[in-house]
Formats: sequence, structure tokens, C-alpha cells
Amino acid sequence: MKYAYFPGCSLHSTALDYDESARAVAKALDVELVEVPDWTCCGASPAHVTNTFLSLSLPLKNLQSAEKISRQMVVFCAACYSRFKFAEKSLAENQIKEKIKKIINLEDIPEVKTRHFLDILINEIGLENVQNRKKQDLKGIKVACYYGCLLIRPPKVAEFDDPEQPSCLDNLVEILGAVPVSWPYKNECCGASLSLSRTDIVLKLTNDILQDASEAGAECLVVACPLCQANLELRQKDINKKYRKDFSLPVFYFTQLLGLALGIDKKSLGLHRAMVSGDFLLKEKGIA
Amino acid sequence: MLVVDQLPKTELQEIPFKTKIPRIGVFICHCGINIAGVVDVEKVASEFAKIPGVVHSIDYKYMCSNPGQELITTTIKEKKLNGVIVAACSPRMHETTFRNAALKAGLNPYRVEIANIREQCSWVHQNEKEKATEKAIQIIYSILEKVREDQTLEASHSDVEKKALVIGAGIAGIQAALDIAQAGYPVILVEKESCIGGHMTKLAETFPTLDCAACILTPRTVEVSQTPKIKLYTYSEIEEISGLVGDFRVKIRRKARSVIEERCTGCGICQEKCPKKNIPSEHEEGMGTRKAIYISFPQAVPNIPVIDRESCIFYKTGKCKVCQKFCEPEAIDFEQQDEIIEEKVGAIVVATGFKQLGKDLYGEYGYGKYKDVINSIQFERLQSASGPTLGEIRRPSDGKIPKIVVFIQCVGSRDRSKGIPYCSSICCMYTAKHSMLYKHKVHDGQAYVFYIDVRAAGKGYEEFWARAVEEEGAIYLRGRVSRLFEKDGKIVVRGSDTLSGTQIEIEADMVVLASAICAHPSAIELAKKLRIPYDQYGFFTEAHPKLRPVETTTMGLFLAGACQAPKDIPTTVAQASAAASKVLGLLSQEKLSHDPITAVIDDEICSGCGLCVEACFYGAREIDGIKQISTVKEVLCEGCGACTVACPNGATQLKNFTKEQILSMVDVML
Ligand SMILES: Cc1cc2nc3c(=O)[nH]c(=O)nc-3n(C[C@H](O)[C@H](O)[C@H](O)COP(=O)(O)OP(=O)(O)OC[C@H]3O[C@@H](n4cnc5c(N)ncnc54)[C@H](O)[C@@H]3O)c2cc1C
Ligand code: SF4
Ligand code: SF4
Repeated sequence: MKYAYFPGCSLHSTALDYDESARAVAKALDVELVEVPDWTCCGASPAHVTNTFLSLSLPLKNLQSAEKISRQMVVFCAACYSRFKFAEKSLAENQIKEKIKKIINLEDIPEVKTRHFLDILINEIGLENVQNRKKQDLKGIKVACYYGCLLIRPPKVAEFDDPEQPSCLDNLVEILGAVPVSWPYKNECCGASLSLSRTDIVLKLTNDILQDASEAGAECLVVACPLCQANLELRQKDINKKYRKDFSLPVFYFTQLLGLALGIDKKSLGLHRAMVSGDFLLKEKGIA
Repeated sequence: MLVVDQLPKTELQEIPFKTKIPRIGVFICHCGINIAGVVDVEKVASEFAKIPGVVHSIDYKYMCSNPGQELITTTIKEKKLNGVIVAACSPRMHETTFRNAALKAGLNPYRVEIANIREQCSWVHQNEKEKATEKAIQIIYSILEKVREDQTLEASHSDVEKKALVIGAGIAGIQAALDIAQAGYPVILVEKESCIGGHMTKLAETFPTLDCAACILTPRTVEVSQTPKIKLYTYSEIEEISGLVGDFRVKIRRKARSVIEERCTGCGICQEKCPKKNIPSEHEEGMGTRKAIYISFPQAVPNIPVIDRESCIFYKTGKCKVCQKFCEPEAIDFEQQDEIIEEKVGAIVVATGFKQLGKDLYGEYGYGKYKDVINSIQFERLQSASGPTLGEIRRPSDGKIPKIVVFIQCVGSRDRSKGIPYCSSICCMYTAKHSMLYKHKVHDGQAYVFYIDVRAAGKGYEEFWARAVEEEGAIYLRGRVSRLFEKDGKIVVRGSDTLSGTQIEIEADMVVLASAICAHPSAIELAKKLRIPYDQYGFFTEAHPKLRPVETTTMGLFLAGACQAPKDIPTTVAQASAAASKVLGLLSQEKLSHDPITAVIDDEICSGCGLCVEACFYGAREIDGIKQISTVKEVLCEGCGACTVACPNGATQLKNFTKEQILSMVDVML
């Protein structure tokens, strides 16, 4: 299987570990990822609050390049995913389509479908297949699967999992041998778009999420979005200070846990880059 | 449409146009200033006085007044008119009035036509008086073309089967059946479930007077079982309906209940002994259990059990028959088959009620996932002395008495994004009732109610909900709930209070959802069998929202209760009695007359293509098996004209709306 791969800005910078683990896992599962040549930022999230047409043109520009590689493009970032899907949906309207075609000088709208890697994992490769390739069990490590907003909402755009009671990550980690905890905050907002402008709100939101996860007995979190990851992980220090807590919960990308189960070494999965290290937890559980 | 020729036809003077020259009268109404304020009526009258064939043309202030009608009657007689045009308001208003006036003078009423110069002219052209006058003249010219070719028509008559059918035996169906039976006519009452009473059997106490539902309902259900004029078929459904007003043929499917009703004494030993336990009870809305053979609740009418074949051990494995062993009168019959019963009735009342919204629409409320999130009808069961907790308020998860209960109104209702823009109309009131009754039972408890508005428009309703707040201390929060989730044995309710502009989080012990009132799932299928219209939500549509609220557009079919729109018990009962009185009005007639304006077929031209059969909504067209051409069943034909449009070669025509008439009407306009 060959897919165009759109890493997006985060995966080339703050979320290098996501990029590394994504590529490693794809390789192990015989999924060929070819990076979209000359890609640009998809616009999340500043573009769509600035100008609708800008927010639609940026994804389209990238899809145009992706078309050279494959009719299907994979993203890992939930925010990118949302922007591409929004663009896809908006183009159904003829007026918008014509205008965008003019703006970026397109003859035809590229016929490329954007998919999140989770979608491919579940609906193309199949969890059963994943399980068959498992080399290492995750040994009952208790995981709080965090979906956030954009992966599943708005449902008409994301068309992915149940927006209110999502379960894809839970199903995935379960077959890898981890124990997904049941917790209501799995789809609460972490405040990513207020990250810089209203850090105080973000601290409250992330504190609530981490609190709920730890009350549910989670030993770590797993996410499918670099923005969620950054918010939940990097802010733990500040949260601890502001709310007098002592959170030290590793926040893994699902690709990292998957990679461990597939027997990929920790370095290739970028695990050493974490700010809240998962080493201790993994060692304790005997996961190499 | 019922027609006007109830009067004796003594002086009937028939002058067919084909043989005699037309003698037409044109009567132009001022309608006060409604028409005369815009249209120059005198000019119109003088214009038509000049037309050959028009022997009389006059304007008058109010044609529909008694003197106005008199004017028409006497002029017909004096001038020997054989055609009349009344230029006035819409034919929907006064066509019958003027046709009756003609009849009095002995003129066939189908030679009277209305030219609508009010709705279609003066009202819409108020600022263009001259042009309006021109247009009025045009309209009358065109009607003149029709009148010239109008034929004398006679209404046909048919017998009335003096028996009624009531479908659905909730409080609506029960009330209608009792009213009709009390007036002396036999009634067939068909109920889908194994016993009657509908939703009311599940309610505890009822707003706005808080009388116990069972106490007011059981006298009625018992009366049904004791009224010889009512033939009750429970566990039965309508299989097929044909025929028309006065003569409906009904096939009723009596589903096999595996118990011979005539033998059963209702002792109940079968359900006591049945080893198949713990099946969620429909009557308890899943909060209690029943056996495989069961009587829904102790006061059920009829007090006869039914075997649920899906759960019964015998039907699954071929072994058991415990109930049969214990049944002394040998009433259990495992071989029983569905039975089809045929009945003939003159009128039908549809009273199939509603269903509450299922769990699908709001994933964020977790109904069906969190045990302590229940819906309002389940809360009724918790309140009920005969319910699963014997009337104590205990939450489903652990049986504890909930000290904080949050009620959420408008769950689904008034939510366009969920496809239910309408108001369910009863939830505000029963939620006030719930908060009140809860406080009566749990003195140290606190009720919170999230609402959009409180709609309390009925008699005594505003006072009722004020009592919930002022005397029972229910806290009303104006806002929506964004989500519910379970935490440490509590249900966390997160919502907004738009009056104080704050976000609210309440840790509740139990949450009650006032889920939307939706059409019964069987409604659309039934509507198709009955050929009655329904709206996009599956509620049956009345013939006119104000003036014909219990009739349907199909003659002889009436509506009662929540199957037409969500409603409370007082309104349901009022509508049921209204439907019954309509039925009685129909059954008390000796003969029914049918509008003679029906389709006719020209045998010579018809090719038998069958397009008219598809076009007819009323099932009035059929292809004759032998002649291979189309036929019209006149009694079923409503004269809508759909077939005449479908017919490619003009073989089908509508009486007095023939192709020639319509084309010449159009010609003079152009
Ligand atoms: C939680 C709750 C609380 C309420 N509290 C109050 C209150 O306090 N006061 C008040 O005035 N109102 C109250 N109501 C409203 C009340 O329940 C209705 O007004 C009333 O039940 C309507 O009666 P109905 O006969 O039209 O419908 P239903 O009660 O629904 O009865 C319809 C009957 O038709 C049968 N049926 C359906 N389809 C078919 C079919 N195809 N063939 C044959 N039979 C069929 C059904 O089985 C049922 O028996 C409450 C409603 C709810 C949901
Ligand atoms: S045991 Fe027989 S008689 Fe008694 S209720 Fe059951 S079926 Fe009826
Ligand atoms: S045969 Fe069916 S209904 Fe009768 S006792 Fe056995 S399980 Fe119950």
C-alpha cells in the first residue's frame, strides 16, 4: 500500500517523535509513506479564523501535490485531518469550488482522499492483522485514551468514530495488551486553540483531563494529535504548580505504543524525546 | 365532499344547454369593500349585461347574506336561468351556499360556478384598481366558458354500515369507543398490545390535578370490557382496509397469543409457574422483569396472558409446557395461529398514539449507557405504586434514594439539528409534576430542571408549575445541558445557566430526560393502508388545522389523540369525543350522497395503459380484466383530477372539468 504522507508542521518540529514513530510503524506494517513534495502548512488553526478561502486553498494546494503520489493521503495530526476534511466537504458546493480553483489556479480539483492513519489501521489493515504482527504484549499497562475534539468532531466532517462515545483508540490499545480505562473526559477539549492566548483556561482544562485520567487509574495517556500531546504533556509542570498536583503521566502517541508492540526499538520511536518520560513506567511493566 | 342536494327536488326545471340556448345570470358581490373597494363592480356588471347568453347581470353588497341568496333564487325563477356565475370569494367559502340557493329555485347545483375575484383579484391588487377591474372581467369571462358547457349532474347515494372501527386503545381510542357505543352503535376496538390503556397505564399521577392515573383510567378500561356494544380485539393489528366511507372492509390480524381467550379465567397461575424469568418488562420500561407468559400489569384489561414466543422455552427447545400443566381450564394453546377477521364498518377513528424518542439522538447524554440516566416514562414507573420500586424513588444502579435529581427538558424536541423542530407540548408540565412528586417522596432531596422556556398554556397549568418552584423548591435553570458523565457513582451534569451567564456542573444521583414525543413507529405503515396523509414526522394530518381538526382528507376517517400531534390527556379526550361525535353524525345518516364530479372514461379512446391507476391516490381506478381498458369506481373517486393529467390520450375526463371546458377557459384568458 502506497500513500501520500502529509506530516504537517508539528511533525517536523515539536512532534518529531510522532513523525519518527509514524514512519517506523508504517514500515513495520508494510505501508509505504511518501512525503508530499513541497508541502506547506495546512492552515490549522489560524487560517480558518482569518479567511475561509485561505483555509480551503491551503489544503487544496497540498492535495494537488499529493495527487502525484497517490489518490489517498495520510495525516497523523488531528488538526490537519480536520482542515483537509473541511476542505473536502466545502468543495461539494459549486460556488466555493469555482472560487478556489481560481485562487490557486487549478484546472481540476485533485481527487485525493484524506485519511487519518487510525482509519487506515482499523479499516484497511485491520486490527486482527495488527494483532497477528504483535511481537510484544503491553502487559496490562493502564491507558487513558484521549480523543480530544478534531479527530471525531464535527461528526459530519470527521466521519470517523462516534463523536460522543468514541472507541477506536481503546480498541487498538486493548488488542496490544494494554488496559484502556473508562473515563468521561476522553473527548473533552484540551484548549489547544487557546494555547498561547489564554494559557490560564488551558491549564484548567488540561488539569481536569489529567485529574480524571488519574482518578480512573490510568498510568499514561495515549493521543492521536501533536497539539493534544503538547498541551497534556508540556503543561504538567505548570499545572502541578498552579493546582498543587504532582502529575507525572507520560503522554504517548498511539504510534509509539503500537511500535513497542510491534517490537520496534524505543529510540526509533522517539521515546527518548518525551518531556515526561515513559521509561520508568515501561521498565516497571517489563516492556522493552 | 358531501354535497348539497338534501332538499326535495320538486320544482326541478332542467334545461340542457345542448338543446336550449344559454340563459346565464352573473351575480357580482361587493363583499363590503373587500371587492368593491378595488374592483369597479358596476362596470363589471354592465360589461356582462351586454354579452349574448347572459340574461341578467347585477352587483350586490353581500351576495352571501340572506337577501343576497334570495336575489339569486328569485332571479333564477323569474328569468328562467339555466346557468349561474357568482363572482365573489373563493369557492371554498361559499360554493355550497350559492349552489343551495340555486337548488331552491330548482336549478341543478352543478350549473352554478364561482368566479373568485376576491382572493385571486381584489386582495392581491389593492393598488391597481383599474387593472384589477380588467382582471375581474377576465376571470368571469373564463368561468362563463365553463358554465356554458356545464352538465346537469346527480349525486349518487350509498348505504351506511352502522358500525365503527377504532384503531388503538389508549385513552383516546377508549374514549371514542365508549362515546360511540353509548350512543347505541357497535364499535370494533383494535389494540396492538395484549391489553388496553396505552401510555396512561404507565403513568403514576397526572398533571395538573395530581390524580392517580390508574384511578381515573381503570374505570374506563373496565367499562370497555363490560360494554356489550364494544368488540375488543387485543394483540391485533389492521391487516388491510378497502372500501370507502359508509362501507369500509377491514381485515384484522389477531396475533396468536397462545392462550384461548374464551377459556382463560385470568387466575395467573401460568405466569407464576413459568420458569423463564427475568425478561425485561415492556410495561416497566425495562426496569422490572416478567415471565415468558405474562399479564402486563395486575389491572390489565383483558386480564388474559400472552406467551412471548421469542423467550418461551417451549418454542425454543420443544420442551417445558409448564404453564399448560397448571392451567386448569386448558386455555394454553401452543399451536394457535394468527387469525384474520373481516369486518364491515361505516366510519373509522385512528387513535394510535405516540412513542418516546429512543436513545440514539444524544450520545452525549449516555442514555442506555449510564444506568442512572433514565427517561421520563421510566420515572413515571418509579413513581408508580405498582412499579418496580413500589412507588419509592430508588435509582436503577444501586437502589439508593437519589438526593439530587436533575431533569432535562426538550431532549430532542425543539432541536432542529436532530430533526425534531416541534415542541412536544407535554414535557414542561410533566417535568414540573415529576419535580413536585419527587419532593413529596424525598423530603430532603433537591430537584433541578434545565429548560428552554416553560410552556404552561393549559387551564391551571401556569399555577401548577409555579407551585413546583414556589412550594416544592424545584430549582429551574434556563439553559441546555452539554453532556452527562458518570463519576464516583454520580452523574455529572454539565450545562449552562443563561440567566446568570455561567457554566454549571451538578453532581446528580439521577438524571431524568424529557425525551421528545414522536409518532408511533407503526404510524406510516398504517397511514398508507388507510390512505391518510401524515407529516414529515409521521403524525397524521387533519383536514384543516383550525376548522376540521379531527377529520382527515379521506371521508369517514377521523383522528384522535397523540397520533395527530403530541398532546396531554385533557386535549386527547376532548379530541376523542369530538371524533366520536363526527362518527355519530355520519352513522346516523340514512344514506350518504357522493359528489358527482368524478372521472369518466371514454371506452373508445382508452388504450388500457394503466397510467391513471398509478396516478390515483384513492384506489378508484382499475383496469378491466376482460375489456383491457380502465374503469372508474365512482364511489371511491374524489374528483381530484390526477388521472386526467396522467392520461396521455384524453380518454379520462373529469365531469364538468372536461378538456374542452378547460381549454376554452384558457383561450379567453389569452
Ligand atoms: C412521561 C409522560 C408523562 C405524562 N404525564 C401526563 C400527565 O400527567 N397528564 C396528562 O394529561 N398527560 C400526560 N402525559 C401524556 C399522555 O400520556 C398522553 O396524552 C396520552 O397517553 C395520549 O393518549 P393516546 O391514546 O392518544 O396515545 P397512547 O397512550 O400512546 O395510546 C395509543 C394506543 O394505540 C396502540 N397502537 C399503536 N399503534 C397501533 C396500531 N398500528 N394498531 C393498533 N393499535 C396501535 C398503542 O399500543 C396504544 O395502546 C404524559 C406523557 C408522558 C410520556
Ligand atoms: S393459567 Fe390458564 S386460566 Fe389461568 S391465567 Fe393462565 S391461561 Fe388463564
Ligand atoms: S412453555 Fe413457555 S410460557 Fe409456558 S411455562 Fe414454559 S417457558 Fe413459560
